Amino acid sequence: MKISYNWIKEYLDLNVKPADLAEKIERTSVEVDSVTTPSDGLKKIVVGHVLSMVAHPDSDHLHICQVDVGEDDPLQIVCGAPNVAAGQNVIVALPGSRIADNVKIKKSKMRGVPSAGMICALQEIGFSEDVVPKKYVDGIYVLPADAKPGDAVYDYLGMNDSLIDLDVTPNRGDMLSLYGTLHDLAAIYDKPLKLDRPDVKETGTDIQDQLTVHVDDQLSSQYRMRLVKNVKLAPSPMWLQIRLWNAGLRPINNVVDITNYIMLKYGQPLHAFDYDKFAGEDVYVRTAKAGEKLTTLDENDHDLDETDIVIADEKAPIALAGVMGGLSTSIQDGTTTVAIESAVFEHDHIRKAAQRHNLHTDASQRFERGVNQAGVQEALDAAAQMMTELADGEVQVGTVVGSDNVPDPAVIDITLTHVNAILGTALTMDQVTHILESLGFTVAVSGDKLTVTVAVRRNDIHIPADLLEEIARIYGYDQLPATLPTGRMTMGTLTSKQRLMRATRHSLEGLGLNQAISYALTTEAKAQMFMMKASEPTHLAWPMTVDHAVLRMNVISGLLDDIAYNSARKVKDVALYEQGRVFYREDGNDRPSEEEHIAGAITGTLMPESWNQPAKAVDFYQMKGIVAAYLKDMAVNGDVTYVPNADMPEMHPGRTADILVHGHRIGFLGQIHPLVAKQFKIAATYVFELNLQAIIDMPKQENQYDVISRYPAITRDIAMLVDDDITNDQVVALIERRGGAFLQSVKLFDVYDGVKVPKGKKSLAYTLTYQDKHETLVDDAVTQAFDKVSKRLEDDLGAQIR
Amino acid sequence: MSLKDKLSELRQRGLADIKQSSDLKDVNQVRVQLLGKKGPITEVLRGMRDLDAEERPKVGAFANEIRDDLTNALTQRKEELERAVLNAQLAKETVDVTLPGTPVAKGEPHVIQQIVDQIEDLFLGMGYQVLSGPEVEEDKYNFEMMNLPKNHPARDMQDTFYITKEILMRTQTSPMQARTLEKHDFSQGPLKMISPGVVYRRDTDDPTHSHQFHQVEGLVIDKHITMADLKGTLQVLAHELFGDKFDVRLRPSYFPFTEPSVEADITCFNCGGKGCKVCKNTGWIEVLGAGMVHPNVLKMAGVDPDVYGGFAFGVGPDRFAMLKYGVDDIRNFYLNDVRFLTQFTKKG
Repeated sequence: MKISYNWIKEYLDLNVKPADLAEKIERTSVEVDSVTTPSDGLKKIVVGHVLSMVAHPDSDHLHICQVDVGEDDPLQIVCGAPNVAAGQNVIVALPGSRIADNVKIKKSKMRGVPSAGMICALQEIGFSEDVVPKKYVDGIYVLPADAKPGDAVYDYLGMNDSLIDLDVTPNRGDMLSLYGTLHDLAAIYDKPLKLDRPDVKETGTDIQDQLTVHVDDQLSSQYRMRLVKNVKLAPSPMWLQIRLWNAGLRPINNVVDITNYIMLKYGQPLHAFDYDKFAGEDVYVRTAKAGEKLTTLDENDHDLDETDIVIADEKAPIALAGVMGGLSTSIQDGTTTVAIESAVFEHDHIRKAAQRHNLHTDASQRFERGVNQAGVQEALDAAAQMMTELADGEVQVGTVVGSDNVPDPAVIDITLTHVNAILGTALTMDQVTHILESLGFTVAVSGDKLTVTVAVRRNDIHIPADLLEEIARIYGYDQLPATLPTGRMTMGTLTSKQRLMRATRHSLEGLGLNQAISYALTTEAKAQMFMMKASEPTHLAWPMTVDHAVLRMNVISGLLDDIAYNSARKVKDVALYEQGRVFYREDGNDRPSEEEHIAGAITGTLMPESWNQPAKAVDFYQMKGIVAAYLKDMAVNGDVTYVPNADMPEMHPGRTADILVHGHRIGFLGQIHPLVAKQFKIAATYVFELNLQAIIDMPKQENQYDVISRYPAITRDIAMLVDDDITNDQVVALIERRGGAFLQSVKLFDVYDGVKVPKGKKSLAYTLTYQDKHETLVDDAVTQAFDKVSKRLEDDLGAQIR
Repeated sequence: MSLKDKLSELRQRGLADIKQSSDLKDVNQVRVQLLGKKGPITEVLRGMRDLDAEERPKVGAFANEIRDDLTNALTQRKEELERAVLNAQLAKETVDVTLPGTPVAKGEPHVIQQIVDQIEDLFLGMGYQVLSGPEVEEDKYNFEMMNLPKNHPARDMQDTFYITKEILMRTQTSPMQARTLEKHDFSQGPLKMISPGVVYRRDTDDPTHSHQFHQVEGLVIDKHITMADLKGTLQVLAHELFGDKFDVRLRPSYFPFTEPSVEADITCFNCGGKGCKVCKNTGWIEVLGAGMVHPNVLKMAGVDPDVYGGFAFGVGPDRFAMLKYGVDDIRNFYLNDVRFLTQFTKKG
């Protein structure tokens, strides 16, 4: 809500600049979005009096005006507005002026006719089109007849005021009004506040004889109406129009403007009906019936819901209660009798109705947050009084009351000890009492205890903690001391799971992968790729887009999206890992279980070309090396084995391996299927994904010291031809099993399957290292063991030793 | 010529030859010539048989002296020449030290991770635990136990991805407050925790909105926790993340799960508090929300609000990163352009 600095000053004697006031409000009550002065940035914009006007000889819509701008000679200005006329006072941007958006106005010629400046519409000097009176939306604005040519226009239009735009939190509905804001400011600045009270002059007959209201008080706890006869519709006086447009509301006519003005002032939304359009003399506040429709003031049709609160006459709904009035009973030319409604509607119904019909109005906003339930009659009276003063209306005797449940004020006990214990302050009883009283609450003190009766308008205050906030903010958060919690000591340590997750990230970064964080919500298809176990997908009920509609059940597809994003931007070498959750759901469960995963993806090369080495494209073995190094870092206890898997649809059937620890599958690695690469529009990419939770849960090897042998090791190389389908694992396993007691390690140093070996064969070469920890090995012992293993290789694997 | 004179002359000539030898081969040749079995010294010594018994030891000693001199000179010359060879070799081996080093593969932690880790480490040092909760939450924990009953108007403040009526993507890491409070045994000590994690909102992605982002929730509950403790803790956090020349100010705000509720601003980075476009001329930038835990939240989790109380805060690492590094589009954090990821290399 935009609140006027000048309006505030009418009630509070403040000696602060608008910017300082705004800062104070921000530090003490609610956020301030902006402080603006509409005339800021404008220059040389004055009142002009159109002395004469003739049509432009070469145009069917331009006019040549002679305009008195308070100087010796009038200015000749060419104007295209359809509503410009001789005798008007208008807004003139003089040559050398600046209008809205920092546009500079210069002398010019329009179709050959010199024009010294511009006659302006309100929009051209910075008004939002939404607040310009309808009459002037499509043309220039006409200033009052008593405006003096040559004067700056700003004061005539309220443009020298400063407007403080409050961003009111949901709990502070009271701040959506001048009076509510004044109450807070009075407390903040510790100034007395004198608010004016309405004085209605009733004439005519008793309203009871003219109008009856039937109210469901569950829907409307207070419902009141007054009747004003013989109103004369007219534009509102300038001061009133200025108040409205500076608050962002469009002036319409005196009757409607009064209801809006009262809303701004008291925070109580009012609605003015054309009484003569009612069918009958009875008005009902009820829920809508099935099939009922309503055309609202904005000329939109609504199918009403059975939980919408409506105001209805004998025949049909005439307003969507608390949201917007109906068109049929609206104030229009010819209206003479006005029924003013001042009510409290149940906030939840209003919130839902506003959402359902997409009608978020100034009224609904206030009812949702709650209006001042002690001020319903006062706002009604103030409106009635203004209708007498500004529209010559005759306020009928009395108010018709359909429901009248004014809540009791909240009474809260709190102790000074508690206040200081929670705030960490050393406030005195006088200080606390004074703060609460300055907010308009009544306080009774008894020893350490304060009994606080809260003003009804503050519907956000119910419990001692609410009072603490009031005391703290008015005292000033700046004045609070800054300390750290004391008390019993606590340990701050990461759990072993958290440590392993950190170690995982550090390990993979050390191995050359950058950490990525991708979206966990993806498409239905991508969510179900690279699945490590069967699971139902989990769909969002109302996704924003199909791209982010289903919870991922793999991490790789997100990394492939990332690679595609890089690839589209010509970044060809990408190495990423991601640690994140996947979401598995069992059929019949609504809620998925969450499993920590770790995945990596590399495309291009990990080691780009350099002046001293060629680029080496990533391949299966590089990715395997990374996975193996990572698993070694995690010290998982048990053998890690790699088993070919040709059955994953998204993976290359010949270049994919399951990763097993101690026989349990914890993940896989390999090249993504070329068709998947094509689908993502990426080059060959190698990936892995591991169930990190499984790694976390596995037993780990403890570090232990192994004596380094003082005795020399002996190595023997062995090269052999084996059939293509014999794997390295088979050979190594056999050598390890049959290598004898002194075999320390087996290391593959060559694989060859080129032209020099027979078809269907390959050559493998290993270095075997022997060592005795207790004495120097004799050559014979090694030869013996080596011969034995060579023989087994020949016998068991059909190897030809070379 | 006496033997002695012969020897003297031999020394003279030998030293001259050694000096003239120009490479190791020469030196070796000279050595063989002078000191070899057929060399002049051996020959001279052989002539000692003819000397008096009295003369013999004197000449012998003199001959040894000369042989030592020559040997030393040879060794010295050899070392000189070897050093020269080595120096020549090293001169040939000179590299251009300005050529780039051989690249090594090295990855970087994500910038958001870096900020989360930094926050975690700070609070670990102050005795907090780090807890993580489910990303798919129950409405009960995400909203109801955070004092946001169904139909609470503040639910509009955070549009939610629902899966079913009761199951949703958590919109905040606050549900870990309720989950932890339910379980914590206060007889074992106060509850001090932070809970970092991913949260989700039903937003359209644009430069300032992301349907997925991060949050770190903090919670301290004990018998004597004050709002001043909250203020001090937030100051420590701001100083840790941004540096201690930044001021912190608290402003009233509204969260259903805290009362009093505050938002914390820090001095604008861009202008140092003078007022600029970044801070909308206020000199301040909003960085987090906090407050004293609402008694209803404690009550619903089975904690007696008359005995225990404390504070909670929630910070957004994405927003921190954007402010700290001037990242102008939040989507950068989730699109993983390598050129973006590798910019944040300063650790510690």
